[in-house]
Parts: sequence; structure tokens; C-alpha cells
Amino acid sequence: MLATNVIHFTRILREAGLPLGTRSTLDALACVEMAGIETRQDLRAALRCVLVSRVDHLVLFDTAFDLFWRDPDIAAKMMAALLPEVSGRGTAAPPPPPPLRLLDAMHGQQKQSLPPQPTQEPDQLEFDATLTFSANEKFQRLDFEGMSADEWALAKNAIRDFALPVKPIKIRRRKPVNRGQTIDLRRTLRETVRTGGELIHLMRKAPELKPPPLVVLCDISGSMHRYTRMFLHFIHALTNDKIAAQRVDVFLFGTRLTHITRQLRHRDVDAALARVASAAPDWSGGTRIGGCLREFNQRWSRRVLGQGAVVLLLTDGLDRDDIGVLAASAERLRKSCRQLIWLNPLLRFDAFAPRAAGIQALLPHASKFVPAHNLQSIKALAAALSAA
Amino acid sequence: MIATPPPTSINATVKLLDSADYVADRALATSVFLMLKMQRPLFLEGDAGVGKTEIAKVLASTLGRELIRLQCYEGLDIAQAAYEWNVQRQLLAIKASERTTGSHIENAIYGDEFLIKRPLLKALQGRVGAAPVLLIDELDRADEPFEAFLLEVLSDFQLTIPELGTITATEPPLVVITSNRTREIHDAIKRRCLYYWVDYPNAARELEIVRRKVPGVDARLSAQIVAFVQRVRKEDMFKLPGVAETIDWTRALTALDVLELSKENINDTLGVLLKYQDDIHALRTRMQTVLEESVQ
Repeated sequence: MLATNVIHFTRILREAGLPLGTRSTLDALACVEMAGIETRQDLRAALRCVLVSRVDHLVLFDTAFDLFWRDPDIAAKMMAALLPEVSGRGTAAPPPPPPLRLLDAMHGQQKQSLPPQPTQEPDQLEFDATLTFSANEKFQRLDFEGMSADEWALAKNAIRDFALPVKPIKIRRRKPVNRGQTIDLRRTLRETVRTGGELIHLMRKAPELKPPPLVVLCDISGSMHRYTRMFLHFIHALTNDKIAAQRVDVFLFGTRLTHITRQLRHRDVDAALARVASAAPDWSGGTRIGGCLREFNQRWSRRVLGQGAVVLLLTDGLDRDDIGVLAASAERLRKSCRQLIWLNPLLRFDAFAPRAAGIQALLPHASKFVPAHNLQSIKALAAALSAA
Repeated sequence: MIATPPPTSINATVKLLDSADYVADRALATSVFLMLKMQRPLFLEGDAGVGKTEIAKVLASTLGRELIRLQCYEGLDIAQAAYEWNVQRQLLAIKASERTTGSHIENAIYGDEFLIKRPLLKALQGRVGAAPVLLIDELDRADEPFEAFLLEVLSDFQLTIPELGTITATEPPLVVITSNRTREIHDAIKRRCLYYWVDYPNAARELEIVRRKVPGVDARLSAQIVAFVQRVRKEDMFKLPGVAETIDWTRALTALDVLELSKENINDTLGVLLKYQDDIHALRTRMQTVLEESVQ
């Protein structure tokens, strides 16, 4: 009886989104059997140590446990109410619309008939009119337009040529090289065996180079709205780029901070961005840069800034909140990362004078200040970043 | 050091940890018991100073096992973690047997006596019935390639040395892995382990810990200290004080012959409890409220 329940319980957790395989179910059974369960609390502890593998899942586990081990029949219904994902599984959900780039690819011939890209000037004028921001939290869901096949190809190319304006870090791990300062004695010895004991070639080794991890903080407030989409496309390409093998963590902030690394990891860019859009509740609302940076420092900096990370901050620096908080948080952020690169789309005129209080508070703490006014294209962004 | 067999029930595990002054909550004891019983590594995650490393030490001392510690750092590689060939000796051996050639040389220089054993290899070669405790401390500081290397060691308790072959553990070591979560450890590692999140203890347990660790402490003072620390953990801070800090602070206050917490003596010793200037400053400005609320 207990075994059936354990299996059932594991299945419910899996449905709820915990990464559990058959192995986990077997472990859970073995665990319960071995622990010689006497009380409910022991059962909870035993199951928890095999079924949970990250602290974020603890709350979900505990809720599920409390519900389930009261009455397994009720549990199924409760879980359905508790977790939107579960209800969506069995029932036939309407299939999502095919990605735009798939349609593009199928009708490749018509590509040329697309309207030509409007030139920059009128676009910019219009942008200034939308530059309004408020401290009120305005909940708004954002519906991303899909990425067209052209854009997709461009993005891929841009990423290939892209190099962050950051030197790779020399790590302590050594790799074999042809020419280097240090002799690799172990490999040299192996060569010696091949030549019958004669030392002929000296093998060399040198420290490996590795790009530092990247942490992206992206402003999604109303005044930044039109830049966010392209930037996220860019970040998605960077996150899913297997060659660069760089660790990327992404956060969005408007009035609150949202961690979207996992959502972005979906290989399909449109699916990934749809997930991102539903994860962040504060699209195109107000801005609380100071508060969000502070929250980042408190909750996340130790978890993601560990290995000499570079922070990429995309914001216009227009903040209505307490400027003191912003300055203090920016300083702490600067001190806990390797480099703080600030991308500012407002910086498009040569005579740009940072007069807004938020910009003045941020400016002294940025190690690099990149004008990113041309965020309309990934290529321009990559070029701007590489050149900085 | 005489090795004792692992405990046979959760209650016995609680008692075992208790005998070495480790006041564990029952859920942790359950994890430790299962780890010993199932012979799986125990993965402990939690903030600094909540007693993660201590568990390995306590296990080693109570079960009479050798404690083998591997402190992780960025760039930690096989040569430092598992084994290394003693190349100088190998060269001498080649020199000594100038006339032997070919495969003879290979046999002559790739033997056990030329192998320098590092923690992971040592941990695999414990005596039967007395497998050592292997503490892999702060795994989050090592990089991903090292994690990948650990997979073989942790899942099959074996290690492959190209020149020698595969070395399998005579008896699986008792593995404790700790992480401060400065980055996420890969799921593949976690899946091979039992996971436990070590949280800050509640007031009653923390008081028990303080009284055990600082024997001569005044009962009233220790209660005050614990109440204050518990209240401080509710503040919005960059780094909350861990149990280790509570113990240190208690020792500091005892050394200063403090009988009762006051605004002044807290102020003087705050550096023992909090390690960030911002936090110290924030607490100083809110001292009155925090102290009053902790008394209630």
C-alpha cells in the first residue's frame, strides 16, 4: 500500500515540474523501505532527501506532501487546482501557432516582398514621445512578436562574430599546448616510453583561458520597451550558444526582479520568449532600478557573481525612486563583480549630458559605458559590445 | 581509532550525532542515516556557518573513521584531487635502468610506488569495514570540468587511471559534499546524492547548540543572545549571521564578562556577528527596536 502511494506521489511531483526520473521513484521506494518509517515526519524527511535536489523546490514538495499524505484521492484534485501545468497535461491544449520563422522558411520566395526597413530618423522622434515612466506598478503581459527567419539568421551570424569587450580569465587548469612556458612532465614521460627511455620531445602546458560568466540585468520598464525584444533575442542566442560555453544568467527588472535564465534556455527562441513574457509580471510598467539592484545584491549576487562574473546592465537609468538607494546598490554591485558594463540606449547623441539624477548616480560605478542606441539590430549591438 | 559500524535506525543516528555535541534536527538525522544505509553521497547545501562541514567531522569522529578532506577551488584538477605521477622518481628509475627498453620501461615506471595519492584516490582505498569519510568541501568553488570528473567517482566509486586501469573502492567511502551555493551545481551530481538543505536552526535548537559548544555560559545570557540573533535574522541583510557566528559571539561576550545584553556591549562586539559594513550600519541604526523586540 505504502509503495503504491510513494509511486503515485512521485508521479504527482513529476507532473508538477520536479525533475524526477524512474531512478528517483526507485530511490524513493528504497529509501522508505530502509528508513523504517515510524512517523509522518520521518517519511517526509526520507522522501525529501531523494526527491528534492534544489532548495527552490522545497516549498512545492512540502505542500504536495501535506496534501497527499492526508488523502491521496483529494491530492490529485488539489494538485490540479494548485498547479496550472498539471491541468494542461492531459487535456488537449490548442496547439501553439507555428513560429513565424517556420512560415518564413516555407514561403522563402516571398521574402523579398517585405517592406523595406524604415530609416532611423522618424523612428527616433517617435521614441522620445514614448519616453514616459512612472513608479506605479503596472501589470501588463507582453506578447512578443515572433522572430523572422531573416532576423534569426542575422542573429546567428552576429553571435558568431561576437566577442564581449572582456578579456578571458586565465584559470588554474592547464591544457596541453605546442609552445608554452611550463613543461608537462606527465606527458613528456609518456612520450619517453614510446621512444624507449630517451627524452626527445618536451611537452608543454599552459593555463586555459575561459570567458568569465555573464550576468545580464535587463530593464523592461515602459521607457525601455522597444529595446527589450531585440536584446532578449540576442541574449537568447548567447545563452544557447554551445561554442562560447559561457555561463549566462539573465534577470529582468521593472518594478521587481525576475530570474529568467531557465525560461530562456528553451532552444526555440519564440517559445523561450513566450515563457519569459509570462514569467515577468511587470512588463512596460514603472522603474525601480535602485530597489531591484538592491534585491539582486541581497538575493542573487552571491549565487551568480561567484567566478569573476561580468555584469551587463541594460537600462536608461531613469529612476523615480530614492536615488540614494540606487547609488549605494550600484556601488555594491560594482564591487562584487569583475566589470559592470552599462548599455544605455539614450546615449545616441554626441552631446549627451547625463543630467537625470538616476544616470548621475549610476555613472560613476560603471566600468564601461556603451552607447546602445542602435538596439534595433542584433548585429549593431554585437558590434557595439565588441568594440567597447 | 576503532571503526564502529553505522547506526541501525534514525533514533540511533540522532544519538550518535548528539554524542559528539552535534544537535541535529530529525530530518537531517534521517538523511545521514539513509546516506550511511544506502551508501550514497550526502549533498549539503546552505548558507555559510550553519554546520555543513561539521557533519563530516562529527561522522568521522563518532564512527572512528579517517576524515579525508578535499577543499575545492577554481581550477582544481585531477592532479590535486585524485592522483599524480611522481615524475622525478620516474625519471630516476629510467636513469637507473638505462639498458631496459620498450614495454619494460612502461612496467618499470607506472607502478603503485610512483603514484602520489590525493584525497579522492585515498578515499577509495580505505580498509574494509573502516571506509573513510570523504569531505568534498565547497564544491561550488570548483569548476564544471571537475564536477564532470567527480561523476565517475561518486556514482561507481571508482577512478580510471589511464596508465594503470580502473581502481574500484574496496568499500564505498562515506561522502559528504557541501556547497555554499555561489553557483548552481549540475543536476547530474545532485541526482547521485541525497540532498539536504541545511537551514538556520530554530531558537530552541540554537540555544541547545550554544550551551553545548560554550559550556560555561550563563543560562540567562545565552537565552538573550539566541533571541537576539534569531531576531536579527528577520532583518533585511546581505549576510545573516550563522550558528558559527552565534557561538563566536557568545564566546566573545563571555570573555568580556558580560552578564546581560545591552545596546553598548552589542555595539562593541557587533563585528563578531556581522561581517559586512552595510549590515553593521543598518543594524546599528535599528538597534533599539531589534533589541526590544528580541526581549519580548
